[in-house]
Amino acid sequence: MIEVKDLYKSYAKGKVNALNGITFSVEDGEIFGVIGPDGAGKSSLFRILASLLLPDSGIAVMNEHDVVIDYRKVRQIIGYMPGRFSLYQDLSVEENLTFFATLFNTTIEENYHLIKDIYQQIEPFKNRRAGALSGGMKQKLALSCALIHKPEILILDEPTTGVDPVSRKEFWDMLGRLKEQGITILVSTAYMDEASRCDRIALIRDGKFIASDTPQGIIENYADILWSVEGTRMSALLSALRDYSAVKTSFAFGDKIHITVTEGLQVGELRQYLAEKKFDDVRIAPIKPTVEDCFMALTSE
Amino acid sequence: MKAKVIEVSGLTKKFGNFTAVDHITFDVKEGEIFGFLGANGAGKTTAMQMLCGISMPTAGAGTVAGYDIIKENERIKRNIGYMSQKFSLYEDLKVWENIRLFGGIYGLTDKVIATKTDALLERLNFREERNTMVKYLPLGWKQKLAFSVAIFHEPKIVFLDEPTGGVDPAMRRQFWEMIYEAADQGITVFVTTHYMDEAEYCNRVSIMVDGRIDALDTPAELRRQFNADSMDEVFRQLARKAKRGD
Repeated sequence: MIEVKDLYKSYAKGKVNALNGITFSVEDGEIFGVIGPDGAGKSSLFRILASLLLPDSGIAVMNEHDVVIDYRKVRQIIGYMPGRFSLYQDLSVEENLTFFATLFNTTIEENYHLIKDIYQQIEPFKNRRAGALSGGMKQKLALSCALIHKPEILILDEPTTGVDPVSRKEFWDMLGRLKEQGITILVSTAYMDEASRCDRIALIRDGKFIASDTPQGIIENYADILWSVEGTRMSALLSALRDYSAVKTSFAFGDKIHITVTEGLQVGELRQYLAEKKFDDVRIAPIKPTVEDCFMALTSE
Repeated sequence: MKAKVIEVSGLTKKFGNFTAVDHITFDVKEGEIFGFLGANGAGKTTAMQMLCGISMPTAGAGTVAGYDIIKENERIKRNIGYMSQKFSLYEDLKVWENIRLFGGIYGLTDKVIATKTDALLERLNFREERNTMVKYLPLGWKQKLAFSVAIFHEPKIVFLDEPTGGVDPAMRRQFWEMIYEAADQGITVFVTTHYMDEAEYCNRVSIMVDGRIDALDTPAELRRQFNADSMDEVFRQLARKAKRGD
């Protein structure tokens, strides 16, 4: 279990507030996602939990070990995958893995079952220097190294940044299997669509959690009336929607536009307005929000 | 008919016996927003390096911004804009210093730089940040500034390599509105992204698989061809065919 209370951290003599009072807890065997843009404080939070950075104030406890007082113990029970690739570029794939296994008094063989899924995909290249691996393979090696000592808690800082949609899906499938082995997983991402793969999520911005719940709970708490508008000439359609007073916000969402509207507006009224502006082929429908809609609503306040 | 800003045929790059880019042929028209998609390791970066004149193709030919990619690659570099998520501005320089530096690199005179800098800061609503060190700007602002700097010398085409990675959702959309403005002014935009909703914002999209371009069309047409509800699904269907690991 992870327990965090009132965590604060600032840099540059207090000029930059990275964390502004973060409190949350993660249950054993849970996948907890911290979701928010770069610069929101995700990495500072994770580095504190990995005992690599001291908080200004507040408490963080990893499976009953305080990250400041019991940092040695914390380092034994966690696996940490930093946002930036930080393995030894001049060691081979296998040498890196052996190195991390040895640090923790174990061997690749002893915990091979934990990494088998992931490591098998890079094993054909085990003699290649880590620095010469592609981005996707580096990521798999980094995860293997974070897992090789059978950690109780896994801390993954933006493991899928810059990763294509198919590989991202595979990565999350893998996290699902690690969860089944009882590993507690704390993971951060800037991709809103990854929220649904977590048991619970926190939306982070400017060093604060602006919401924390199950993905479903976050969506149910969405307070606005949300419609989707579909048509051709999207850029002009977006401007036309923004000019209409009963439309509060309008944002492109792929091939559709999501708008929030004032209470009482009828679909027919909007359709008529758009028809007057020569948008004859639009489809308008009330929709359920995504986590991305929720994030945008919460950050626009 | 609009002029073609990129026109390549049979473009190929081999590293030893590995074919990173395998005979790609396509063109991009003036003012077009062209999405260049593909899984990690599909060959996007290598292809882009050849288009930007920093890597010589093993085979094939073509022009970018009117210049031959083999014989005139130095001229290409001077006539394109480039921005990536990983590198765009110097963090330890102030906002105005970054603009001054890139303006100078592209051969603009001090006078032109001064006038254009004022206009740019005004347009971005950035006047008060003129003397701010870039590292102190929020990421979204940085990306907006980086994009403006990449098109500061009014290139025919700008290459954007994952420009919105890690940017918050509202800012990501503002960034795309800037892309649309640039395209309206006639600047061609060549962009890579891993956000499939952004693929929808492109006029046309190509998808690379194992070094080849396996699909190229408008997003709507691609969805129709692949009988898919979204570009995400189109991408998945294509990426599944990939033989080489990344």
